[in-house]
Amino acid sequence: MELRRGEILALLGENGSGKTTLMNMLSGIYYPDSGAIYAEGKEVVIRSPKDAFDLGIGMIHQHFKLVDVLTAAENIILGLKGSTFINRKKLANEIRDISEKYGFSLDPYKKIYDMSVSEKQKVEIVKVLYRGADVLILDEPTAVLTPQESDVLFDMLRKMKEDNKAIIIITHKLNEVLALSDRVCILRKGELVGEVETKDATITSLTEGMVGRAVNLEIQREPGNFGEERLDISGLTCLNDDGLFSLNNINFGLRSGEILGIAGIAGSGQKELCEAIAGLYPIQSGSILFKNNNETSELSGLSPIEIARKGVHLAFVPEDRLGMGLVAGLDMVDNMMLKSYHDDKGFLVDRKKPKEAAEKLIKTLEIVTPGVSTPVRRLSGGNVQKVLLGREIESAPSVLVVAYPVRGLDINSSYTIYNLLNEQRKSGVAILFIGEDLDVLLELCDRIMVLCGGQLSGMVDATTATKEELGLMMTQIANDK
Amino acid sequence: MLGGFDFVNFIFMAVIAATPLLFATLGEILTQKSGSLNLGVEGMMSMGAAAAIAASYFYESAAGAGLSGFVSASLAVLIGFLAGALGGLIYSVLTVTFRANQNVTGLALTIFGIGAANLVGELLGIRAGGRTTVDDATKTMFSGINISTLSDIPVIGRIFFSYNFMVYLAIITAVILIILFNKTRTGLNLRSVGESPATADAVGINVTKYKYIAASVGGGICGLGGVYISMATIGGFAGTWDNNIIAGRGWIAVALVIFAAWRPARAMIGALLFGGLSALWLYLGPWLQNHLPNASIPQQVYNVLPFAATILVPIITSIRQSKDHSQPKSCGTNYFREER
Repeated sequence: MELRRGEILALLGENGSGKTTLMNMLSGIYYPDSGAIYAEGKEVVIRSPKDAFDLGIGMIHQHFKLVDVLTAAENIILGLKGSTFINRKKLANEIRDISEKYGFSLDPYKKIYDMSVSEKQKVEIVKVLYRGADVLILDEPTAVLTPQESDVLFDMLRKMKEDNKAIIIITHKLNEVLALSDRVCILRKGELVGEVETKDATITSLTEGMVGRAVNLEIQREPGNFGEERLDISGLTCLNDDGLFSLNNINFGLRSGEILGIAGIAGSGQKELCEAIAGLYPIQSGSILFKNNNETSELSGLSPIEIARKGVHLAFVPEDRLGMGLVAGLDMVDNMMLKSYHDDKGFLVDRKKPKEAAEKLIKTLEIVTPGVSTPVRRLSGGNVQKVLLGREIESAPSVLVVAYPVRGLDINSSYTIYNLLNEQRKSGVAILFIGEDLDVLLELCDRIMVLCGGQLSGMVDATTATKEELGLMMTQIANDK
Repeated sequence: MLGGFDFVNFIFMAVIAATPLLFATLGEILTQKSGSLNLGVEGMMSMGAAAAIAASYFYESAAGAGLSGFVSASLAVLIGFLAGALGGLIYSVLTVTFRANQNVTGLALTIFGIGAANLVGELLGIRAGGRTTVDDATKTMFSGINISTLSDIPVIGRIFFSYNFMVYLAIITAVILIILFNKTRTGLNLRSVGESPATADAVGINVTKYKYIAASVGGGICGLGGVYISMATIGGFAGTWDNNIIAGRGWIAVALVIFAAWRPARAMIGALLFGGLSALWLYLGPWLQNHLPNASIPQQVYNVLPFAATILVPIITSIRQSKDHSQPKSCGTNYFREER
């Protein structure tokens, strides 16, 4: 594989195809067993991140490597040699110069913990540019950005390209590849299987290259068969630890047989909303009415177990995947039991039924695991997510709250999850789907609700809405509301 | 209202009592800034204390009649520092290289340090026929200085220019740490190691080296607190120490680190407050006796004050939450590069 100056190369591949491994070798985190890396015609050895910096290679990781309590400027010069004492004024000016050159602004004195995701990304970019990088590697840079923020990022990258820098971008979003890159390299199972000029590529051809066979990329959306209203949320307001509104006067209804999508920039109240419904987050005011067979009950004030008994199930996939859904050290059977042991009679727990359920899940969801007694920690991300979602579905919920179920999954696994959700929808489950990828939200959901800073900034019909519309609502509260 | 209360001498005594606390607090702040929660402060102080007496004792025996108080004191400070640093080094080897649990290692270091110090104290005592103290020439070095004109100024002379050299050394250490943390690249790198070792590692900072050096130098500074106690507070006495030599001051220092919010400047205020609490009985006691003879408080109650206050510290500081002034985030957990 080769990379030229003044170009943007997109690197594509499914999960575990070796994209990140390859890039980690360029940036000095891993060391290759064999093979050689050439820079400007000379063979080079990259043994540490420092070697990579010396060659002008800078990597922007998917999970930012920044120190929260330090300022942007302090993060940028971290680890660099130089005068013993830090000249903050000069440094700030240098940072402003770099950011102005590529058409964005960055406050050098701002602390990282006060920054939005896109600001943090800018700090990371300036950090590598400040070190004199000519080669920038970005690992899924748009995964956490709104469409507008992504556009700003792409403009920056194009300006860098004009400045004769070489850029590698790893992404799952094929339309971004087509819009931004000059060339595309495709990896499959650790091998370079294709290299094409972007102008000759289409979404279908790229996907086939990645997966190795033709795939159907349509999410099967059948016309909605909406039933009665299952959840009726009105005036839901929650305060966070600092006494500020984390959710402010949220009103919406959720019908059976419907997938209601929730979009929003990370931290706009999605997590709080999920947890409030599941009884894990204290509610300041407002009500959550749950309706089933003409029975109406109030969920706020009930304990999580009581809520779960009514058939409201939460499958939240946090960034570290295991956080609150599954217990990493326990095996599948134990994890299945966490939800069911309350119903056992007697003093001892019954391991037989959950074991059968676990075995069934492995079969139906094609979970790759050595067996039901392997700790879930050892499973790959996609399989962990299947276990989590499978367990929640297993208990035959009437309301299913799923948050980021495809986080970090490749196209194939993602579609397994989408199909799973669609099946549930068909069988009349009311689904609240919190997602990151707007394209998917638009394809999968019936309606989409947008959260912005803890407020409801819009509710649209997914069949007619556009990405731009959603993106705008994600960043500002609609005026005509 | 407090007529007859001897403020000048009270402050003088508070500073004297605050100095070992300040050393220990500064040493622990430096250690924690690198992400190591070393609870072995008491142990490292004990090691420093015993090593200082031993250093002076052996130098004095070797030098005979021609001994120099200056050399003896310098050796005491140097060896005391190295003994504390050895404690920090042991801690680093166990937690950084062998990845032992930080809390357990710190507690073990406390037990080890106190035991080793008691052993040294007893041995020195036995050699000298039961008990001994360092020579008067050495003791003089650890009593107050007298800068003729400055020390003679009323009140100000007593409050600012009459302590022994270690008091000023403690203040200089605090100032050096303030500059290190806030103005230098080394300090910035150190803070990043303590906050997020993975980030530091990714930009090429040698995390292991920073942790070793911070914990060792930090241990050495704690050791200086011990030197102060053995040489100045108890006057270089070796033998059987009641209630071990540091008597819990190391634990107060651990609480003071939290009180100081990991800032050396606040550590000075905190140490002075706690020093004041332990000096209170000397002045408030007699004052109460004169003014309110029925309200006298037993000395034991005064003695317990600094320890009772340490319980209040986490309560008070937990009310005031600030991202800038909280414990370095990686504190208490060891860093594995492979575990991502």
